[in-house]
Amino acid sequence: MKRLFPILSIVTVVLLGYALYLALVVAPTDALQGEVYRIIYYHVPSAWTAFLLFFINFVASIRYLTRSKASTENAAKWIAIGIGVVGLVAPFLPPVRRLIPAGMEPSAVATTIVLIPAFYFLVGKLFPGDRLDVLAVTSAEVGVVFCTIVLVTGPLWARPVWGIWWAPGDIRLTSTLVLWLIYVSYLVLRRFSNSAQTQMLAAALAVFGALDVPLVYLSIWFFRTQHPQPVIGGGGSMDPRMLHVLLFSWLAFLLFGFLVCWSRFRLELLKREVEQAHAMESLAGAGVSEKASLPLSRSAG
Amino acid sequence: MNAVKFLFAAYVATWVIHLFYLGTLVRRFSQLRQQLRELGKGK
Repeated sequence: MKRLFPILSIVTVVLLGYALYLALVVAPTDALQGEVYRIIYYHVPSAWTAFLLFFINFVASIRYLTRSKASTENAAKWIAIGIGVVGLVAPFLPPVRRLIPAGMEPSAVATTIVLIPAFYFLVGKLFPGDRLDVLAVTSAEVGVVFCTIVLVTGPLWARPVWGIWWAPGDIRLTSTLVLWLIYVSYLVLRRFSNSAQTQMLAAALAVFGALDVPLVYLSIWFFRTQHPQPVIGGGGSMDPRMLHVLLFSWLAFLLFGFLVCWSRFRLELLKREVEQAHAMESLAGAGVSEKASLPLSRSAG
Repeated sequence: MNAVKFLFAAYVATWVIHLFYLGTLVRRFSQLRQQLRELGKGK
């Protein structure tokens, strides 16, 4: 495992370098927007990575909240299975199919929904016990970093293309800002609250925060927004060369995000180890003073 | 030509944010290791 991290780091640097080359040199220039459209090769992969991390945070939080009671954990397990079964079948049924926006494939919807139980069981298997909470805080923090990049690069693209930095009232932009604020408040709660219930409260907040993710993602499908309409699926006509560069760039950022999460996860484990060592030291200190006071109390008695 | 400035700014901003965050991780790691060493010495 110790060797894997440096190897993956080198691979990531190479992939990010190559993604930059593809984005700036290989990808064709956009006929309407010119060179500035190349911002999407950083903006879109960052958004997708943030969504994925918030989704992982959601699953870890749900598992953390339900693990206290065997019956609740069992019920959550069956709900996850139920969501998977319904998600696999429902998108292909005509009444549900009519609700799916034009251009969005039912198979894509089914695959996305099936990811919920898949992640639910995978996360439970890979991160037992308190490691679920470690995973939750890790994915939220790294997710906020990627979401910050989305909120910074978006206006930098909008200014030359739209003529404005921000479109007030645009549902995609507003819901993304709200998502960022929810997860920042989640991190603030975890950072400054010392209550024994902090982890539970943070997990509950994360579950509500995650409800904003589908709204952010689907806003451009269901509403007419200033933000561009989907270019992948949904009748979008992205040049295949641009699409390849975009997907490659996402792969590079995904791997980079994984390594950052790995580091943050280890940091959180180390932090808890230090806190435990402090607690043990305090207990040992209390033990010493108790022993020291024992003869006195005996003599007093 | 002016628009290229925005492209450059977006790419630079992305890496400034990532490197800043990585910097905070390194700082927090070294602080925790230091604390752990001090706790070890105290025993």
